[in-house]
Amino acid sequence: MNAHNSLSRRTLMTGGLATGFVLAFRLPLRAAVNEPEQPKDTTDGKFAPNAFIRIDETGQTTLIMPQVEMGQGIYTAISMVLAEELDADWAKVAVLHAPPNDKFYANPAFGLQATGGSTSIRAWWKPLREAGAGARAMLVQAAATQWQVDPASCTAAKGEVVHTASGRKLGYGALALAAQGQTPPKDVVLKDPKDFVIIGQPLKRLDTPDKINGKVVYGIDAILPNMKIATVAVCPVFGGKVGKVDDSAATKIPGVRKVVVLEDTVAVIGDHMWAAKKGLDALKIEWNEGPNAKLSTKDIWQDLRAASEKDGAVAKSVGDIAKGLASGDKFEASFELPFLAHASMEPINATVHVRPDACEIWTGTQIMTRVQSEAAKAAGLPVDKVIVNNHLLGGGFGRKLEPDMVITAVKIAKQVDYPVKVIWTREEDIQHDVYRPVYRDQVNATLVDGKVAAWKYKIAGSAVIARWLPPAFQKGVDIDAVDAAVETPYDFPNFHVEYVRAEPPAVPTGFWRGVGPNNNVFAFECALDELARKAGKDPVEFRRSMLTKTPRALAVLNLAAEKSGWGQPLPARVGRGVCLQPSFASFLATVVEAEIDDIGEVTLRRITSVVDTGIAVNPDTIKAQIEGGLIFGLTAALYGEITIDKGRVQQSNFHDYRMMRINETPKIEVIVVKSGEAPGGIGEAGVNGGPPALRNAIYAATGVALRCLPIDRKLLAAGKKA
Amino acid sequence: MLMATTLTINGETKSFDAPPEMPLLWVLRDILGMTGTKFGCGIAQCGACTVHVDGKAVRSCVLPVSAVANRAITTIEAVGNTPSGAKVQKAWLDLEVIQCGYCQSGQIMAAAALLATTSHPDDSDIDAAMAGNICRCGTYVRIREAIKQAANGRQS
Repeated sequence: MNAHNSLSRRTLMTGGLATGFVLAFRLPLRAAVNEPEQPKDTTDGKFAPNAFIRIDETGQTTLIMPQVEMGQGIYTAISMVLAEELDADWAKVAVLHAPPNDKFYANPAFGLQATGGSTSIRAWWKPLREAGAGARAMLVQAAATQWQVDPASCTAAKGEVVHTASGRKLGYGALALAAQGQTPPKDVVLKDPKDFVIIGQPLKRLDTPDKINGKVVYGIDAILPNMKIATVAVCPVFGGKVGKVDDSAATKIPGVRKVVVLEDTVAVIGDHMWAAKKGLDALKIEWNEGPNAKLSTKDIWQDLRAASEKDGAVAKSVGDIAKGLASGDKFEASFELPFLAHASMEPINATVHVRPDACEIWTGTQIMTRVQSEAAKAAGLPVDKVIVNNHLLGGGFGRKLEPDMVITAVKIAKQVDYPVKVIWTREEDIQHDVYRPVYRDQVNATLVDGKVAAWKYKIAGSAVIARWLPPAFQKGVDIDAVDAAVETPYDFPNFHVEYVRAEPPAVPTGFWRGVGPNNNVFAFECALDELARKAGKDPVEFRRSMLTKTPRALAVLNLAAEKSGWGQPLPARVGRGVCLQPSFASFLATVVEAEIDDIGEVTLRRITSVVDTGIAVNPDTIKAQIEGGLIFGLTAALYGEITIDKGRVQQSNFHDYRMMRINETPKIEVIVVKSGEAPGGIGEAGVNGGPPALRNAIYAATGVALRCLPIDRKLLAAGKKA
Repeated sequence: MLMATTLTINGETKSFDAPPEMPLLWVLRDILGMTGTKFGCGIAQCGACTVHVDGKAVRSCVLPVSAVANRAITTIEAVGNTPSGAKVQKAWLDLEVIQCGYCQSGQIMAAAALLATTSHPDDSDIDAAMAGNICRCGTYVRIREAIKQAANGRQS
């Protein structure tokens, strides 16, 4: 018996599922007030074979989602995986958020109930198939017992068990109670992928119908009886504290209820956001700026450049790198990537009601159990007295892998006896993010006979993993920061990867969509284009010649070249650039075609991306994730940069932290190739390829080899030399 | 400072007290409990808060409530009752435009206003009408296609 089928009804009932929690977002919502009172999960009168499946006597099939939905389509994909092996009737499937419970719902990739790193399908593929198949076997067994036939003579499809010889049928609803009394199978038999009827279909998403009419309730939409709204000012200098607060003017504003002063944050609670905002504007706050009052990005870069010259911890070494670098045609380059903010469209927020005996939270988070335990600490309550109501997320991108907004909201809510919704303004959201770290990547390589003979790659930057998942930080290597480097698809006979941990002073750093591979793929693919030119070869041809050991990579590269019109003539100052990436166990090849005008402005003309992600659970979602991921990455390449001066973030809103818009978005063609390999990750992967492909297009069009992001237009004006 | 205010929202009369300069966005969300209209930036840069005033797409985060008395306000909750809104919503689902969905109230309101005045928008019409709406998930390719499908009344 496998671990997930062993999650019996008994353990479910005594575990976290019996406590208040879930949001059934497909259930009708209340008309005027979004009081997110949660329907309780109950296994009474239902077939509840494990932590993920509930079937009631009407056949209604409720699937419990261990991963959170933030736009990536995971609720639909996870439901498809469960429903496939369960042979469920897709029309009767509804989903529930899982409650915080690491025992049942920890992501197998992290040992923590967290959604990130394009792990959801990779980590849950086998356990959820087994959960579905085990449940199906129990339903078949129940029907066979009733018919007094051999279970092997029965089949299941679309929520019914069928006795083939007699043509008898019983629906899962009719079988629910009898199935509950069956013993789970010792060995589950999984389907042969050629028999899949749900997996591989471009099914409609389960979460989108309520997103066209305002019905969907995000964390920021929670409305509770007697709830007030708060907004905050956090010390603008990293690490600074609140000094003096004069609230005499603020408290006179109609609708302002209370001013709350925390160590580094001042909050104004009001009847509505407008009162809270006006109140905050009327405060006179003196900050104790502390030791970082002179910090600037310039200093941080100086430190990082110095640190990156040190030897790093070895992440991978093949062949003899010293010998390989000693001869041949030498190449050396450094690539630098800036701090980035996440800027989810839903600004960070949390609604909290602290009662004497409990703390209840309404939010959208990527880390259910960590939010629960951190809130318990902040509230001074045991973990089991903290109820977390999760919601669909208005974008996550890694920002909601952090619990800071919930901790602050709990500290504010502790000072009042009513529920309080704390909303960060966009300015506060951007200036108090947990930033994508600055990275400096160095490539030293040699060419012999037109191919790479040696490749030394050293990455220097913050070790996010060391803070976020300490046990995963081993021997000085951040496995995320080197992820797509150690897995290179290229035949480099002498290959060496090092990592230097270099933490920027005071600036909090975290995961940002695309995570570590953003850096690896950028440095690799930009350096390869420069090496191709040095070797006198076409960039696609150069890559092809070094892909003999990775046929999946070669196949996506060849198809991307064909579909993008690679090699066909282009006008002056228009270029094509290619990027090949092995990330999150998926292979992607992307070609960007861009035009650079005489003053250096860059226009995207066309993007072609080919993805081999193994078995494609929902091909339409995969396309959508690549389309969106490309725009997310290209937004950063074109505009993204957080800078710091006098200890403060200089950007504040979308006017100075720009996003790509529809008028800047070119035609994007995404091709999902058929594959029988195990499914790879997709939500992060789309982000990696755009920036290097665009940079290489600019290199092709202008001869300028950019080595920093975002793109510096000043270097691209006509007449500039490479 | 509080003012008795009456608005017509989605054909219904709503009366409440609010400061005259309070943006319509916060009236909708925090006084009337209509949370379909979203807060994104507060400075009319992202379009998440888009509503219709007399059929025109406007940013409710910078629109004082006193400026919209006696005007017809339509929000995402009721835009499906308009012919262009219903077509846009259908196309949005048919082409599976939506990812996280947070910006999509505003996107749908902007697209519905466009189609109400321009029955067959070309790419430059779409750019002009939709460039004020940011989507962080990057659904722009499908938004463009869905507007064209809604205009042509094609079925998926």
